[in-house]
Amino acid sequence: MIDAKHLVKEYHLGGQTVRALNNVSVKIDAGELVAIRGPSGSGKSTLMAILGCLDYPDAGEYWLAGEDVAGLSKNRLAEIRNQRIGFVFQTFHLLPRMSALENVELPLHYAARHDARERALKALDIVGLSDRTHHEPNQLSGGQRQRVAIARAIVTDPAIILADEPTGALDSRTGEEILALFKTLNDQGRTIIVVTHDPAVARHCRREIYLMDGRVAEPESGRMGEWEMMQ
Amino acid sequence: MILWMILKVALKSLMANKLRSILAMLGIIIGVGAVIAMLAIGAGTQASVMGRISAMGTNLLVVRPGQRGTGGVMSGTQQNMTLDDATALLTQVRGIRAIAPVVSGNGQLKYFGKNARATVMGTSITYMPIRAFEIERGEMFTEQDVERMARVAVIGPVTAENLFGASDPIGQTMKVNGINFRVVGLIKSKGDQGYFNPDDQLIVPYTTAMKQLFGLDYLREIDIQAKEDADLTQLQADALAVLRKRHRLQPGTPDDVNIRNQADLLETANEVSKKFTVLLGAIAGISLLVGGIGIMNIMLVTVTERTREIGIRKAIGAKDRDILNQFLIEALVMSALGGLLGVGMGVGSAEILGRFTDFATIVKPYSIFLALGFSAAVGIFFGYYPATRAAKLDPIECLRYE
Repeated sequence: MIDAKHLVKEYHLGGQTVRALNNVSVKIDAGELVAIRGPSGSGKSTLMAILGCLDYPDAGEYWLAGEDVAGLSKNRLAEIRNQRIGFVFQTFHLLPRMSALENVELPLHYAARHDARERALKALDIVGLSDRTHHEPNQLSGGQRQRVAIARAIVTDPAIILADEPTGALDSRTGEEILALFKTLNDQGRTIIVVTHDPAVARHCRREIYLMDGRVAEPESGRMGEWEMMQ
Repeated sequence: MILWMILKVALKSLMANKLRSILAMLGIIIGVGAVIAMLAIGAGTQASVMGRISAMGTNLLVVRPGQRGTGGVMSGTQQNMTLDDATALLTQVRGIRAIAPVVSGNGQLKYFGKNARATVMGTSITYMPIRAFEIERGEMFTEQDVERMARVAVIGPVTAENLFGASDPIGQTMKVNGINFRVVGLIKSKGDQGYFNPDDQLIVPYTTAMKQLFGLDYLREIDIQAKEDADLTQLQADALAVLRKRHRLQPGTPDDVNIRNQADLLETANEVSKKFTVLLGAIAGISLLVGGIGIMNIMLVTVTERTREIGIRKAIGAKDRDILNQFLIEALVMSALGGLLGVGMGVGSAEILGRFTDFATIVKPYSIFLALGFSAAVGIFFGYYPATRAAKLDPIECLRYE
C-alpha cells in the first residue's frame, strides 16, 4: 500500500539547514494498523506530511497504492488526498458553523459526488453518531468531534487513514474509546497509520515504526517512553 | 464543488460577522445608491426640459428682430419685421407648413370691479397649432375676425381665473386697455414654464392688436412651423436669405434678424445632459472604487482569519481553484448584496427627492442593471487578489497556523 524509499526532507531556517528526514524508508501493507512514534523533532510530522501528500520530499520515492506520487502536480496531489487519504488531526479540525453532516460531506463535494448525503450518514453511523448529524462542532464534546473527524476521514473510502496524535486533545478514557474505534475500523480492513509521541497509544497498534533524529531507529520502548513521559 | 454549497458557506460567513460585513459593504451601498439617485435626477431633469421644449410646439422656428447696436453695445430691439415679411416667407420659402405673425404688449384687463394684468398676444389663427395651444372651451377666433379687426379674445386659464373667478368667461365682455373685447374661448393649460407662463395671456387678432390696442407697425416675431420632412437648417438659411433680400442688406453686413430653431434647443439640452451623465459616471467610478477597496480589505482579513480552514479544506482534497472560487464568490456575494441594498437606497432616496423637493426624478431600469453590474464587477476585481492569496497558501503551514 505504502512504499516510501530513501525519503529526504530538509528545512532552511535562518541560514541553517535542518535535515528533518534523513534517508527514511517505510513500507506499510494494506490492512495494517501502524504507529509512527518518535519524540518531538524526530521528523514524524514531516513524514506524516509527505505520506499524506501535503508536502514533497526533497529526494526519494513514494509509492502510494502503486502510483509514484513524489513528482505529481499540486492538483493531482489534492485529488489523491481527497480519494486515497483520510486525515484525523489532534485538534479535530472540523469547520465551524457547519453541521457534523456537512463536515463529513465536504470531501465528497470536492470530488463532485452526488451521493454525498447518503455516504456521509453511513460514515456517521459507523462512528456511532447517527443521532448528532445536525449538531455543529461547538455543540459536541471532544470525543464526539473526533468521531466526526474520523467519519470525514473514512467517508471517501480512502486507501489509508492518517491520524496525527488523535488522542492528544482528549482525556484518557475518551482517548481509549477513539483508539478502540480505530481498532474496529482496522478489523473491517482499513489501513490506519497513527502518528504519536505516546508509547501507550503506540501499544494499541499492531506495529510500530520508531523515528529518531530523522531516521528509522530500533524502539528502545520502555525506557525511552518513560523518559518521554517525564518531560 | 456544488455552487449552492459555496454560496451557503459565503452567506454564513457574512452572517457570522454581520456588523463587519455591513461596514465593508457600506462603500458599495453608498456608491450604488448615489449613482442611482443622481441618474434619476439627471433623467428627471432631462425629461422635464424636453417636455418644456416640446410644449413650445413641434418643428418650430422663431424669427425675431436682431439687436440694435454698434461695437457690441446693445441698445434695444430693431423695428424691422413687417407683415409683408411674413407673407414673403410663406410664399418664397419651401417647406413651411404655417406661419404666424406675432405682436405683443401688456394689457390692463377689467371686468366689472375686477382688474388684472396679462400679456396680450396679437396673432393669426395659425398661432394655436404652431405653438401647440388647444382650446379648452368655446372656440378660437376666425379668419374673418382677423380681417374685420374684431374685438374678440381667447384667454389663458390663469387670466380667466384672475378676472372672472369661478364664473364662465365665454361670451363675457371685458375691457382691455379701455376697449371692449368679447371672450370667445378658453385656452387649455400648459403649466408654468418658469420664464414665462403661457396660461396667463390673452390672444387676440393681430390686426386688432396692431391698429386698435398698441398702434404697432412692426412685428415682435414671426413663428414658422416647418413641414414634418423639412430640413430645418436649410429652411432657416432660406428664410434668412429672403429676409436679408427684403431688408436690402449688402453681403457682408450682419443679419438684422435672428432665427432660433427648436432643434438647436434640443441639441443644447442633450449636450448638457450628456456632460451631466459623464460627470455622474466619474463619481460612480470613484465611489465604487472606494467600495471595492473596502471589500478587498475585509477579504484579506477574512483570508488571514480562516487560514486554518483553508488548510483543512486543502487537506481533505480542495484544489487551489476550489479555494479561489470560494473566496471569489464570497467577495461577489458581498458586493452584489451591497449593490442590492444600494439599489434600494438609491430608489428610495430618488422617490423621497421627487416627492419632497423640486427635483424631478425618474429611475430608469438601465441604471439599476448598470449599478448592479458594476458592483458585481468590482467584487470580482477586488476579490481576486485576496482569493489568489488564499488559494496559494501552503496546506501544512495553514494547518499549523494558530
